Amino acid sequence: MVAGTATNVVFGLLRVAVLLAALGSTASGRIAGYDVAATVTYVWLGQGLLAFVVLWGDSALANRIRSGDVVVDLYRPWDLQTALLAEDLGRAAYCAVTRLVPPVVVGALLFPFRWPAPERWPVFVVSAVLAVLVSFGMRFLVNASTFWLLDNRGVVALHGVGTGILCGLNVPLDFFPEWARFALWFTPMPAIMQSPIDVFIGHGSLWLVVGHQVFWAAALFGVGKVVLARAVRKVVVQGG
Amino acid sequence: MAEAIYPRILHARLRGQLSYRASFLLDCLAQAVAQGGEVVVILVLFNRVTALGGFSVDEVLLVYALASTAFGLSDLFAGQLNALPAYIREGTFDVLLLRPLGTLPQVMVSDLPLKRIGRVFTGLVVLGYALPHNDVVWTPWSVGLLVVTPVAGSVIFSGIWVVACSVCFWLVDGQELANTVTYGSNTFTSYPISVYSGWLRRLMAFVVPGAFVAYYPALALLDKPDPLGGPGWLGWVGPVVAVLVAGLAGLVWKTAVRHYRGTGS
Repeated sequence: MVAGTATNVVFGLLRVAVLLAALGSTASGRIAGYDVAATVTYVWLGQGLLAFVVLWGDSALANRIRSGDVVVDLYRPWDLQTALLAEDLGRAAYCAVTRLVPPVVVGALLFPFRWPAPERWPVFVVSAVLAVLVSFGMRFLVNASTFWLLDNRGVVALHGVGTGILCGLNVPLDFFPEWARFALWFTPMPAIMQSPIDVFIGHGSLWLVVGHQVFWAAALFGVGKVVLARAVRKVVVQGG
Repeated sequence: MAEAIYPRILHARLRGQLSYRASFLLDCLAQAVAQGGEVVVILVLFNRVTALGGFSVDEVLLVYALASTAFGLSDLFAGQLNALPAYIREGTFDVLLLRPLGTLPQVMVSDLPLKRIGRVFTGLVVLGYALPHNDVVWTPWSVGLLVVTPVAGSVIFSGIWVVACSVCFWLVDGQELANTVTYGSNTFTSYPISVYSGWLRRLMAFVVPGAFVAYYPALALLDKPDPLGGPGWLGWVGPVVAVLVAGLAGLVWKTAVRHYRGTGS
């Protein structure tokens, strides 16, 4: 946990330096509505959210599918998808304390920081939970692809890379050219990271941002359900 | 004996990876795109500004390309050191000590993930774009510098990797801590060091000698004076720094291995 936070802090410092250098070379000292405080807050909140939403993806379910252990999960008296979601929410709650808060505190101590207005806090909490739900929905689909591929490492890697670039971790999505931003908001990518940050620093339309998250959280969960139902019919138990 | 063993091990590793072609190609692609993520950041930023730390977009891309090629090469050979905590925690490091081969090379060839060629590929592609778009004066010296820089850079990165991962002999679960200087250096060296300031620059450019991987050699190639006032010869000492780092890394590794105590009964 300490080591993970150290990594977040170093990358936070590097990102802040690069983005502030960019801000410094503009005449107005701001880009796309981001001033120094908003940029700093964006970076440190992003570093905190990284582990909270498991941005790089996970492969626990994929490993169980490959080894055949998933059969045990499937004949338990529960809904596999809901059970995994419950587990993920518990993990997120723990990460909120151990991984999300520390980088934000470091950033707030070292740099000018933008705290949300009191009435924004509840919306931020909702948006952060929705970010986990959307991230879970995508990770579930990536893992479930193992039912068909058996070796899904390539899909996992591409998912991690895609989210890393397109969720708004390294550079705010508002810095992107108009056409790229337009295209990105048709995907679930911004909902995982840029959305809770936007809510926190008061950027963009609040209800539009949260509405987009709700839509993708529900859509991905629904698709996941259908995919699982189809996958169950073609499970082959490995080995004996 | 050792001369015949390492080629054999590497050959076996490569054949193993190539047996799942589709997965391998996707993995390769993912590595290339992962390394290219920083290009997206650079291009998006230059969509909004005209200079970063006193460097134009083509100049920053040259720095990035040199750094990425070097990092890709070192990731290919030294990246396996990331598995070191597992060796130490499970006590399997004992096995490496029992074999009549060096421990460091054994860890390095424990896997040779050829997919990381993808990272080198990205670096070379960007280099192919950046060189004709900058005013590089081509002399035998500059050609030599261009060839030597990625090699020296990868030795520097590998040395950083060895020193950072040696920490795991004391902390065991120090992998993420090591990431701050290994993957952190990958990001740091992708930009001119004039972007950073204060102790962060001193630490990552000179204590961890990241400035010699791409920044100073790029200045020498561009024949551009250092905005921070460093002398021009700094661009040519990369290989010397590499040799020093490699020597230091060897010493640190030896000391660290001596500290290894196994997992008990």
